[in-house]
Amino acid sequence: MDVPLLSVRDLTIDFVADAGSFRAVDGISFDIPRARTVALVGESGSGKSVTAQAILRILPKVARITGGTLLFQDPTSRQPPVDIARLDPDGKAMRALRGGRIAMIFQEPMTSLSPLHTVGDQVTEALILHREVSAAEAKERAVEVFARVGFPDPRRALVTYPFELSGGLRQRAMIAMALITQPALLIADEPTTALDVTTQAQILDLIRELQAETHMSVLLITHDLGVVANMADEVVVMYRGRIMEAGSREDIFRRPQHPYLRALLRAVPRFDMKPGERLTPIREVKSDILASRLQRAKPAEANGPVLVAENLCKTYTLRSGWFSGKMRTIHAVNGVSLSLARGGTLGLVGESGCGKTTVSKMIMRALTPDSGRVLYDDGSGPRDVHQLEGEALKAYRRAVQFVFQDPFSSLNPRMTVYEILTEPLRIHRIGTPDERFERAKQLLDMVGLDRRSLRRYPHSFSGGQRQRLGIARALALEPRVLLCDEPVSALDVSVQAQVLNLLKDLQAALGLSYLFVSHNLAVVDYIADTIAVMSRGYIVEEAPKATLFRNPIHPYTQALLAAVPDPDIDRPLDFAKLKTDRFSDPALWPEPFRLRAGETGAMMEIEPGHKVRLTSVTLKEAA
Amino acid sequence: MIRYLARRLFTMAVTLLIISALVFFIIKLPPGDFLTNQIAELRAQGEAASAAKAEFLIKQYGLDKPVWEQYLVWLGVWPGPQGFSGLLQGNWGWSFEFDKPVAEVVGDALWLTLLVNLAVVIFVHLVSIPIAIYSAIRQYSVGDYLATFVGYLGLATPNFLLALILLFYSNRWFGVSIGGLYDPQYANEPWSWGKVQSLLAHLVVPTLVIGFAGTAAMIRRMRANLLDELGKQYYVTAKAKGLPPMKALLKYPFRMSLNPFIADIGNLLPHLVSGSVLVSLVLSLPTVGPLLLGALKTQDQFLAGFILMFVAVLTVVGMLISDLLLAWLDPRIRLGGEAR
Repeated sequence: MDVPLLSVRDLTIDFVADAGSFRAVDGISFDIPRARTVALVGESGSGKSVTAQAILRILPKVARITGGTLLFQDPTSRQPPVDIARLDPDGKAMRALRGGRIAMIFQEPMTSLSPLHTVGDQVTEALILHREVSAAEAKERAVEVFARVGFPDPRRALVTYPFELSGGLRQRAMIAMALITQPALLIADEPTTALDVTTQAQILDLIRELQAETHMSVLLITHDLGVVANMADEVVVMYRGRIMEAGSREDIFRRPQHPYLRALLRAVPRFDMKPGERLTPIREVKSDILASRLQRAKPAEANGPVLVAENLCKTYTLRSGWFSGKMRTIHAVNGVSLSLARGGTLGLVGESGCGKTTVSKMIMRALTPDSGRVLYDDGSGPRDVHQLEGEALKAYRRAVQFVFQDPFSSLNPRMTVYEILTEPLRIHRIGTPDERFERAKQLLDMVGLDRRSLRRYPHSFSGGQRQRLGIARALALEPRVLLCDEPVSALDVSVQAQVLNLLKDLQAALGLSYLFVSHNLAVVDYIADTIAVMSRGYIVEEAPKATLFRNPIHPYTQALLAAVPDPDIDRPLDFAKLKTDRFSDPALWPEPFRLRAGETGAMMEIEPGHKVRLTSVTLKEAA
Repeated sequence: MIRYLARRLFTMAVTLLIISALVFFIIKLPPGDFLTNQIAELRAQGEAASAAKAEFLIKQYGLDKPVWEQYLVWLGVWPGPQGFSGLLQGNWGWSFEFDKPVAEVVGDALWLTLLVNLAVVIFVHLVSIPIAIYSAIRQYSVGDYLATFVGYLGLATPNFLLALILLFYSNRWFGVSIGGLYDPQYANEPWSWGKVQSLLAHLVVPTLVIGFAGTAAMIRRMRANLLDELGKQYYVTAKAKGLPPMKALLKYPFRMSLNPFIADIGNLLPHLVSGSVLVSLVLSLPTVGPLLLGALKTQDQFLAGFILMFVAVLTVVGMLISDLLLAWLDPRIRLGGEAR
């Protein structure tokens, strides 16, 4: 058998801090064969990114390789393999490897590129560093690579700045930068986590194609088992700095051995889940109060929807550049109508920038719609939210609460848990200090956190725990409706299952209604009853969950469904189908769905509860 | 671009107009003016002849007119005793204290001030940027602590005290005469090579003194900015490309960390004129700062008014320059608005 491209043996990495040292990677060994893809899977904190940084020797200052070898055999040279772990990280030999033979792409394509330099500058820089080429030659080569990675106008890309590009194109620029030197090994650290599903599928496809062309090896670091199932030849599962299980993709998905891996596989929401089937989080949240409430809970009497949005529209005006006075109008939300059933969950799905967050903010009355209205019914009849004043408005504020996406920035780091949980009560002058204290303890119980955490600060909690704190805070005022804006997209899979289950339990126990905004269809599928799909400010399709997945009509919905990588190797992504960008531009949708500029079309009910947006002309013909 | 500039120039003009009104009326707020005070004094001493001359000046400059009329005449949009003759026509008025036109009083002082302070600015940047880069990449090293310590010393030492000490030793060791910007022998001489040399020798002490505190502050800010940028992902990307550490640092994080300083240029320019009054007094530098102080104290209205207006013009122009520079250096500002 061939010598592997990179052979990691007994790699140990320690973080040295004032408080003592911490072993981030503990004696791991694996091989990266030539022209194959190895996936390194694990939760955050498992040491997978640290391993990648060690291979490039760009570890943070406090981290040190304290043992093991990293033998790199360059396929283009006859030299014996080099031990990367023994090289000087800033030395000439290491710098020649870094970027030249081993290249890396990162998770966040916005922050990974410098906003002050053009994409062309940053891409050619890599080539000029490692090859004897002139600036003009480098530019020529860059144009070729830009064309290869799918830039619509490769020459223009040379003089484009990163912030002028969409997330997907930015990641393509990163890939161009990594591949321009034709490296032997590409390390991709969560390359698609920050992208929309459809874009993710395209980027993954691109990496696969490029690998087939150049025979490079890929080390893919990810927490998404769906991505692994579609990309990897070999899989290495890491947990707390150790390898739990390693093997071929077949072995890992068909015959998982280690309990951790099995648990991880069970924690991912899948499309083929039976109705009522629960995810099994790795660490289950336990709450006595919730359990007892669950037993006493009775289904909410369904008398009309609790929230109704009618024909909401919102436009933004942008000035397109500092020096030009040109104005552009963006239709962020275009005639959106929604209805949230009492005690039910409405899932709102769409790519970033489709207007879903704007909708939730208008419902919360943080933004005023240009036209249309939001009706809230607390049992006494529907009232227009944007007309409410005084006491009625305060009551609405209590009834509708928000759960945010980022559990790190949505909690004030200077406030203790007690202050965070009781602040809503103080603002609304509810209860005496003693009652508030009791309420805070009860809230902690509900979300399965220790009552003794009241005096702690948010930074001492993990991401999942913080998100549970955010939920507890939203529950403090006993709301009827929770608006959840991507509440699990910043969390690990294992923690995601835990939070999703918690939300489900809370809904059953407290009779809450959720508007659940997400870009992840599998997650929405797990939690929602009805799903509305949004694209470019329009609702394009709306249906009960089962119907939507059984019979998606709209081309955009179909693309969205096809793009979700399933952690099941028998159901690979259909990359060919997702190649074009056509499904996110309303003017390119096939008839009868096409919406030309200025056209809004109309929703048509094709079966009970299942509505699709069609061109108005088509509707008239039908009538 | 041209529309933007036109808009900016228009708002600048409006701003300056408002500032000029404020300046004039605030100078006029205390009762009386330079001449009436002088007349009262002369009358008390029984020198009626001088008093008569002063009263002639009052007529000449219209100090007996209402304040708003004086303001408009000063501005040059209202006919005064000599017709339209004010700031807009380039007539900066008469300094009663020096009994000379303002232009003559201020003349040399203006550009000497600019020279001293320009030297200070260059000194500050030359010294503090390398030190800041060093202490940012070697955070918590001995060198970093040393730079921090010296920086705090610089911030805490009273300028005038340092000025006196340095004056004393430069006189003792290098024979540089005390005070002023050149040796007394050149005071009323025309410019010659010897005078320039003397000027350069005398520049050292004020530059060091005025620059010391500024350097300390700049090191602290630059270090903090750089440390923020060093943690950013794009710097990791640059290193992952295989760039040598120093090149990566200068091309990416350093350039990002410059932004706040460019935005500061607007504040820097007026500071050049009015920032170092105390030190200028102690070192008896012939700069604008002490002149302004004196003019304000004696209500020498045209002199004070002109200096204040000059500072205002510098501020407004400085802001424009820093905005244009920022746009030139930072594409996000130049092309932004579309993004996100």
